[in-house]
Amino acid sequence: MKARVTITLKNGVLDPQGQAIEGALASLGFSGVDSVRQGKVFHIELAETDPGSARENVENMCEKLLANTVIEDYTVEIIN
Amino acid sequence: MKSAVIAFPGSNRDRDMIAALTSISGTAPNVVWHKETNLPDVDLIVIPGGFSYGDYLRAGAIAARSPIMGEIKAAAARGVRVLGVCNGFQILTENGLLPGVLMRNASLLFVCREVKLEVVNNRTPFTGGYEKGQVLRCPVAHHDGNYFADPDTLKAIEDNDQVAFRYAEGTNPNGSIHDIAGVTNRAGNVLGLMPHPENLIEAAHGGTDGRALFASALEIAA
Repeated sequence: MKARVTITLKNGVLDPQGQAIEGALASLGFSGVDSVRQGKVFHIELAETDPGSARENVENMCEKLLANTVIEDYTVEIIN
Repeated sequence: MKSAVIAFPGSNRDRDMIAALTSISGTAPNVVWHKETNLPDVDLIVIPGGFSYGDYLRAGAIAARSPIMGEIKAAAARGVRVLGVCNGFQILTENGLLPGVLMRNASLLFVCREVKLEVVNNRTPFTGGYEKGQVLRCPVAHHDGNYFADPDTLKAIEDNDQVAFRYAEGTNPNGSIHDIAGVTNRAGNVLGLMPHPENLIEAAHGGTDGRALFASALEIAA
């Protein structure tokens, strides 16, 4: 069983890296980009076969290490 | 008083810290590898600067989950003084001993320069050797020093006098909210700051403004 974890900055947290990327897109001629927010994606392979337990386990990983919940939100997708 | 310096893979200011503590106290600190699960009996634990684990995941995130950190948390709860400088500050926020988080500098640039620091609270074990409102010179060298806390946390740390140092005279090098350069825990026995007081302790450094911080923490007459 696989899990995909996406970490994003919470709304309202300044993202200077996202802003720099937004500026670079504009300088390449990509118009109409209103906003860019940078995040992280983790692909995790699990021995667990029960989707509910897998989700619970990965959410625990997010709380304890993968995300800093002061500034980041996370979403977990379980992929069979 | 006895001190210990914690070493992680990727620490690079540990030797500066050992030299500073040795110079000021006359005794070399214990150096404790992060895989240890026992702390020597000391009065001051220092987490030095550097790039523990190459700043993988987030600055300080992996080091904050090292075996020794549980011992440091327990020692802090007993009132032992804990000082985190630069990467040490990042580690202390990541493991929850200090509030807030250090984000990438607003400029996105690594900053290595001298800043001015205002002593906001001199009633901590680390700042008693300074006057309230005194402005110090201190070097900074970091890429992730942009202090951030949510509005409730920010209000709490301001109301509880947990801001020990602010960048002064327009020298905020990283975009830190409220110009915060150093914060303590609620009890005041844990301090984290981004600037490097250990690099301004003797004439050869160009000044000695950092010396009183260690003298205070070790209760040595400056």
